[in-house]
Amino acid sequence: MTTKLFGEPIVRREDARLIVGRGRYLDDIGHFALGVAFVRSPHANARIIDIDVSGAVDIDGVHAIYTYEDLDGPMAQPLPVLIPHPDLTAPRTGYALANGSVSHVGEPIVMVVADDRYLAEDAAERIAVEYEFRTPVVGVEAAERAEHAVHEDIPDNVAARLVQEFGNVGAALRDAPHTVSFTQTIERSASMPLEGKGVHARWDAVDESLRVYSSTQTSTSVRAAIAIKLDLSVDRVEVIAPDVGGGFGVKIVHPWPEELLVPWAAIRLGREVKWAEDRREHFISSAHERGQLQRITAGYDDEGRLLALDAHILHDHGAYTPYGIVVPIITSTQLLGPYRLANYRCQVDSMYTNTVIVTPYRGAGRPQGCFAMERTMDRIADELGLDRAKVREINLIRADEFPWDHHLMFQDGRPLIYDSGDYPSMLTKLRELVGWEDFEARRAAAAARGRWLGIGMALYVEGTGVGPYEGGHVQVLPSGKVLVSTGLTSQGQGHETAFAQVVAQELGVPIEDIEVHTGDTRRFAYAVGTFASRAAVMSGNAVALAAQAVRAKALRIAAEVLEVDVADLDIVDGVVGVRGDPGAVLPLASIAVLSNPLRYAFDEASKAATQFARFASDEQPPVADDDEPGLEGRDYYSPVRSTFASGAHAVIVEVDPGTCAVTIEKYAVVHDCGRLINPRIVEGQIHGGVAQGVGGALYEVMAYDDMGQLQNASFMDFLMPYVSEVPQRIDIGHQETPSPLNPLGIKGAGEAGVIPGSAAIAAALEDALGIRITQMPLGPSQLFDLIRAAGDGHADHTFNHARRSQEESA
Amino acid sequence: MSLIEEQFTVSLSVNGTTRPVTVPARRLLSDAIRHDLELTGTHVGCEHGVCGACTVLLDGAPVRSCLMFAVQAEGHAITTVEGLADANGRLHPVQEAFRDCHGLQCGFCTPGFLTTIAAALEEYEPGADVSDEEAREIVGGNLCRCTGYQNIVKAVGRAQEIRTERAGRADGDAATSAGR
Amino acid sequence: MKPPPFGYAAPCTLEETLGLLAELGHDAKVLAGGQSLIPLLSMRLTAPHTLVDINRIPGLGGISITPKGSVVVGALVRHAELLADESAHSANPLLRRATSQVAHPAIRNRGTTCGSVAHADPSGEMTAILAITGGSVRVASAGGGQRDVSATDFFLGPLESSLRPDELAVSVRFGAPAARTGSAFLELARRRGDYAMCGAAVTVTLDEDGAVSDVRAAYLSVGPVPEVHDLSAAVTGQPYASADWVAAGALAASLVDPEGDLHASADYRRRLVAVLTERALAQAAADAVARTQEAASCL
Repeated sequence: MTTKLFGEPIVRREDARLIVGRGRYLDDIGHFALGVAFVRSPHANARIIDIDVSGAVDIDGVHAIYTYEDLDGPMAQPLPVLIPHPDLTAPRTGYALANGSVSHVGEPIVMVVADDRYLAEDAAERIAVEYEFRTPVVGVEAAERAEHAVHEDIPDNVAARLVQEFGNVGAALRDAPHTVSFTQTIERSASMPLEGKGVHARWDAVDESLRVYSSTQTSTSVRAAIAIKLDLSVDRVEVIAPDVGGGFGVKIVHPWPEELLVPWAAIRLGREVKWAEDRREHFISSAHERGQLQRITAGYDDEGRLLALDAHILHDHGAYTPYGIVVPIITSTQLLGPYRLANYRCQVDSMYTNTVIVTPYRGAGRPQGCFAMERTMDRIADELGLDRAKVREINLIRADEFPWDHHLMFQDGRPLIYDSGDYPSMLTKLRELVGWEDFEARRAAAAARGRWLGIGMALYVEGTGVGPYEGGHVQVLPSGKVLVSTGLTSQGQGHETAFAQVVAQELGVPIEDIEVHTGDTRRFAYAVGTFASRAAVMSGNAVALAAQAVRAKALRIAAEVLEVDVADLDIVDGVVGVRGDPGAVLPLASIAVLSNPLRYAFDEASKAATQFARFASDEQPPVADDDEPGLEGRDYYSPVRSTFASGAHAVIVEVDPGTCAVTIEKYAVVHDCGRLINPRIVEGQIHGGVAQGVGGALYEVMAYDDMGQLQNASFMDFLMPYVSEVPQRIDIGHQETPSPLNPLGIKGAGEAGVIPGSAAIAAALEDALGIRITQMPLGPSQLFDLIRAAGDGHADHTFNHARRSQEESA
Repeated sequence: MSLIEEQFTVSLSVNGTTRPVTVPARRLLSDAIRHDLELTGTHVGCEHGVCGACTVLLDGAPVRSCLMFAVQAEGHAITTVEGLADANGRLHPVQEAFRDCHGLQCGFCTPGFLTTIAAALEEYEPGADVSDEEAREIVGGNLCRCTGYQNIVKAVGRAQEIRTERAGRADGDAATSAGR
Repeated sequence: MKPPPFGYAAPCTLEETLGLLAELGHDAKVLAGGQSLIPLLSMRLTAPHTLVDINRIPGLGGISITPKGSVVVGALVRHAELLADESAHSANPLLRRATSQVAHPAIRNRGTTCGSVAHADPSGEMTAILAITGGSVRVASAGGGQRDVSATDFFLGPLESSLRPDELAVSVRFGAPAARTGSAFLELARRRGDYAMCGAAVTVTLDEDGAVSDVRAAYLSVGPVPEVHDLSAAVTGQPYASADWVAAGALAASLVDPEGDLHASADYRRRLVAVLTERALAQAAADAVARTQEAASCL
């Protein structure tokens, strides 16, 4: 075998270009392309009375100004509902440019194309839009009250009502020895990649073909959408995701208005056109996520066994539902976590509000589900005066109970069946890693310093690697270079490295010979996209299968040439050798030459494949019926259903009683994503996820006022953590329970780190303060309010806190 | 309608090469570097000075190139990420360290970190220790959404180690050649 | 987010600059470090007719210490330069304590101390420092020569100063600390480097017996202008080591009238005033002792 690569923490191959400034991101392409700016709605809910472009049309350097009236054919139709679902009974999508009304601040109304972005912004400033103002609906409670409607023909503001149910919750709650009910909220945040979205398009009028670059998580689907909306044959459209400066979910949504308008304008103008989203646009016209209000009732027994759970969730869906109800589905299924439960009912009402659309952001509904379940566990423990870890333990699915069928349907339309895991062992590891048992001593030491310490934990299960499929193509060139392509895109996950590791291992070639391409429809046209922690599972297995096909063919040809049995052959460092006969070798490069029977030779090497040089049977065609020229293979991986990764986080927070400032003293992670292709990359994913989890728990919020204005649409006021806000260290423990569902035994890791952040930190804050935490995120100002209210008797103390105080006074 | 703006010809000295660009006064230095000089290693993440992705060195000191106009850069020496490697193409220690420590994921914010750290390490003699706390201070003004900063902090320390190793080798080489 | 078009002048002398300012009046905006102005331009929240870039004027740089120990900082001195300046630090340690909290290093490398005072942002560190040190701004105009405006007269409201459109702030002077006086600066921001939710710059003066004789504080992000509050009443005459700083903090909280915003409610700000004052005063008292001992050992 070649040096073992699968599972090794090798350094990333993409870094070579990225650290010297030779990455190629969207705005690095097309320096001479025309620039685009949009007039976007300043109002959250309004009818458009008039658009006056007269102040802008004559500006030198302005090439075109487009409004809805200019759109034709399918472009004039609403944007697609990408993921239809029977429960999405009132779907709504916007138009590429607003058609008579706007439903959130930031919605595009007019497109300006000019020599550059500066001029385009000058022109956009001179366009006057007259509005008839309507009362906006902001927040799910206002949406539920339905005094005003986001869309006039949907008076209750309900986009979808989704119910997930098994057992008999009503009866089980009636019969349960104890019940507890509470309401909690989690605020909106957003993916917020450092690179905004962007689109560059070039129309070749002679070839009648379109090349589009988009900073997207799915180039194949953008291609399909553009072809349909622009009425082009799909073979005339190629879409390439260049280096993408982070995605985290927001770039899986497509087609964004700009992804259609930029190529549409490029064709009409016969010019290269580019739009690179600026940060303000990203805040008010890309997507957000997370916002939910959860009303929970749980029934449990004396030992803390959860007997029934009833959750009614109001999900803030923003103004439109282009991405369907994926987030509500994930919340309502993944809420179950690693626990056994016999009676469950979850109703998610997906509410329209006059705010930016809500689509998946890393975690995609799971952080909210985890928040619901884990806070329920904390609540039960507190009511019973039991250790929070013990209550979790008694409810965990046991290691010998897999596959575990929840009898629900998951986001891929497939049954929610956990394939493998070992949750009790994970919990044990977590307690050791964070020092759960020794915590009270630590708390006392902090109290002596005048600081409040608290500890919390949260567990989760994450369905990863959703279908329907991904494909891989592996080709050995006569030069010996191995080309690998897959259709899904990369946004920093190290695909060029991980997939090369898989292929190097499967094919037996040096990794240096491998070149990986992703997200380019010219190289691989069939793909779904990079989201839902699916890339390693889906494309990892697909390229492994493709590499195996190449290996089989190489061995077959080598066996013929070397006149030995296939079983006696192996491939080491790109050379086929015969076991026990060091002299009999054939490099893959030579096999690649031989695999393609030639009439013409261009160099010495290719002579070997020409008609008069090559041994051939008179009775056989040069390319057999079941064969094809070239040393290449293509295969697809399509899973029966998702695989389920899991993890557990614990955190110790310190609160300064004077300033209410919170610092994270310790952050521990136990993580199980099956077999690891590259542990270094997986750890990096966890680090980044944890930082986003901390951001979501303590800093990030989309602060809408009652008029639907986003008050903090800048990096100054939307508080993405700097290094000073993240834990100084993240202790990680790995656990590997391979997935039985795919050949490599892997599960996804991309989103895991972010999922339990809010739940664990809420628990730790609650433990530190002794005051019930029912809203996240919390900054020091909100904590101050909570502490003061509790002092005045207006907020709930936890039972544990009351007990501790009693003990102290006794 | 003509909104003709006065154009200024500015000599921009970037990475040791001086090139003239003709720009209006409002052209941001970040845009001039990226689109007029086509040095696209410098990235733009917020255009309001918070994220640090556009950080370049102005006479050796890190500044936000989105918070300067190109016309203001005349007479100053600018270094971008493309200018960090030495004349022989050998990577700057911090570049090597970022690769070794997995200090980047999507790579978009990376050039701003690299320039910032490269300048900060100049304050340290080879062999001096850069503590994690100092490392966090050095990178404290740059946003990264991918890495959670853990490996970036490690990379700062690693970069200083590489500087020390290189200085040791250079001393060794000098000693060897002196001995001949 | 691209700036709107504007006229641009980069005069090479102070005289030329003042002439331009006089000629353009309200149409002109001075560009020094630009770290506050350029974001406003890029967001198109301001659209000056002409930017007068003062970066090429010789003689506007430099930090000097007056015989009485005031620190005079020229209009083109960047925060980083003041931060690193040893003579300024020994004259008044409060300057380094505050300057180190201004944004992040890359901003400090370009932003000017004088510009941040002229910007009159009540959440800016240097406005509070100018106030607590009893400092002043030297302004120049084409017709009027130069005059010194005290901090009290300079700050009129948030982002509003008494600087006239034809005037240029050519330097700021931070007053010298009195004898047996220590200082401290504490601030709390949501993220390190952000505008503070609240910051406190305080001084404590001790009498010859080590009892507290004078206590003053100025705050960031608390009022429309950086007012200086006399907190002496709470602690005068108390030995520094056992002074009731909590009472001084409570007094401070009763004197201020902060407003709430996205990041901090008014009540929370008032709490921060109390807590930061209490903690800063304890530090300042220790500093006063150290400085007094230092001064004694120099004699």
